[in-house]
Amino acid sequence: MILEVTNLRVSFRSERGLVRVLDGVSFTVDEGEVLGIVGESGSGKTMTVLAVMGLITDPNAVIEGSIKFRGRELVGMKPREMRQLRGKDIAMIFQDPMTALTPVYTIGWQIAEQILTHQKVSKAQAWQRAIDLLAEVGIPKPEEAVHRYPHQLSGGMRQRAVIAMALTCNPALLVADEPTTALDVTVQAQILDLLRKLQATHGSAIIFITHDLGVMAELADRIMVMYAGRVVERATRDALFADPKHPYTLALLNSIPPLEGERPHRLQTIAGAPPSLMNLPKGCAFGPRCSRKFAACEDRPTLTSPPHETACFLIGAK
Amino acid sequence: MIFAIMQRLSQMLFVMFGISLLVFLIFFGTPGVDPAARIAGRNASPEVLAAVRKSFGFDQPFYVQYLTMMKKIFVTGDLTSFVNRGWKVVPAVLDTVPVTLSLVIGAAILWVVFSLIIGVTAAAYRDRWPDKLLMILGLIGVSMPVYWLGEVMNLITQSRFHDSWLFSWVPPLGYKNFSDDPKGWFLTLVIPWITLSILYIGLYGRVLRASITEALQEDYIRTARAKGLSETRILLRHALRTSLIAFVTLFGLDFGALVGGSALLTEVVFGLQGVGKLTFDALQNLDLPVIMTTVLYASFFVVLANAVVDVIYILLDPRVRTS
Repeated sequence: MILEVTNLRVSFRSERGLVRVLDGVSFTVDEGEVLGIVGESGSGKTMTVLAVMGLITDPNAVIEGSIKFRGRELVGMKPREMRQLRGKDIAMIFQDPMTALTPVYTIGWQIAEQILTHQKVSKAQAWQRAIDLLAEVGIPKPEEAVHRYPHQLSGGMRQRAVIAMALTCNPALLVADEPTTALDVTVQAQILDLLRKLQATHGSAIIFITHDLGVMAELADRIMVMYAGRVVERATRDALFADPKHPYTLALLNSIPPLEGERPHRLQTIAGAPPSLMNLPKGCAFGPRCSRKFAACEDRPTLTSPPHETACFLIGAK
Repeated sequence: MIFAIMQRLSQMLFVMFGISLLVFLIFFGTPGVDPAARIAGRNASPEVLAAVRKSFGFDQPFYVQYLTMMKKIFVTGDLTSFVNRGWKVVPAVLDTVPVTLSLVIGAAILWVVFSLIIGVTAAAYRDRWPDKLLMILGLIGVSMPVYWLGEVMNLITQSRFHDSWLFSWVPPLGYKNFSDDPKGWFLTLVIPWITLSILYIGLYGRVLRASITEALQEDYIRTARAKGLSETRILLRHALRTSLIAFVTLFGLDFGALVGGSALLTEVVFGLQGVGKLTFDALQNLDLPVIMTTVLYASFFVVLANAVVDVIYILLDPRVRTS
């Protein structure tokens, strides 16, 4: 087990009181495993990984619970120690490659900067490593590409450069926050292939965030579904796609257009909108939008025990 | 590159041509304005007026007058004042240039250095007390008018506390040539430099703080944090570096304008015979040749400063380089 998150709660102090964006999130990631996190915007998936990275810089944020990386507690860790882990043992790939790179430096410079921060090597060695990494992520003519500025590369190439940067120190854990969302569909497939290939060669564990279940089906070993800052379902990929238990997961799967059979007249949508975190319903957060709501849902459901964990009263009530 | 420089130069010529034509027409071409009547004085007889007109060449067509004036400024350099006939204008303006340049360049060095320090410090401590203190000081600096501040400085350093150990080194007002007396040059200019730069230190410090704070919200700063860089490095190499673009734009405009005569108030308060003071005096008695020469000189510097800013842009921002 490389990462163990227990009862993570993140809240923000605001004028209208404490807003809890993550409520009791627990999960683990094993060595070399790909954990997918799915959920709508605002479900807390990005907040979860930002907390793991120690990148919640807002002074009004309150982080409680425990995040253990290889047994070391990250919550409350000194910034200096955290910096040594970040970029070296835990690396992150961001959603939008257009804005994730500093516009005024060449990509070679930015990759070398990270190498020089964490490893005692000469500048020339760092540059050589940058070239090797760019070659590894499939950027053509890497010895020329290192001298390119971000704006001179296409979106796909930039995301490759960002991935190369994340891989500089062979991180044990790679956090990918919707790395394909901002890209064209064809490029998405290439980036997913690349990630799968790199995962095989580098052996990093990956936390992969997306709202695209199709992407999830390609890459993830296990999938965790989040809703309104809580985990609602967690299972292996095959179990989740074959037998989704939570009505929310079911609704998400139903909103994917089927490839075979008769085309539905209209795609199914989930009625209503995600609840405001300021003012969550008392019981199950999905209750107001759930078609199968019943009396028990006035209480808050807890996750059932593994392997197929679900936070829904329907499971016991069947 | 050479093409770009040529393009810049031709733009500069075009701007200067436009400005000179405009100034010329305001003084000679405005209906009802007769420069001869102004020179001849009140109640001048028609004969005197005609004589003045002939003597100053006002009887010739506009374009001839304009071209003659331009020739006298740029080719022969023997343009003479309308007020003190025989006083050569071009050397007079050239004499004032080192005074203004000394004043403005010195102040510019001060304001760039101090506003960088203030802006970066405030951004590093944003929303905590050092930030608030510096921003209030900056606001005070921006709010103090130069003519008032200059007089107060003079009152303190030349009069009230001149005999104390603190200000006994301050020489009397006036300008000393750098080549004659480098130490005197420096000492006479210290107080004017400080006075002129305070406004800009406040202004630039605040602008820089705002643009660094904005840059710190960008995605690439989050990437830099995710890379494990130190906060200092993130602030200086990533946030400050991208914020300098706004800083340089502002600097180019202000520097050009100041060299072109906007340092007038400082020059008057400290008795420095600079370009601003010369223009001011010429405007008081409507000495057109002097006004024309200083305006052309000023527009030259404004356009030049903008050209320099463009070059610095190219160095600072690779996105400008390719387009």
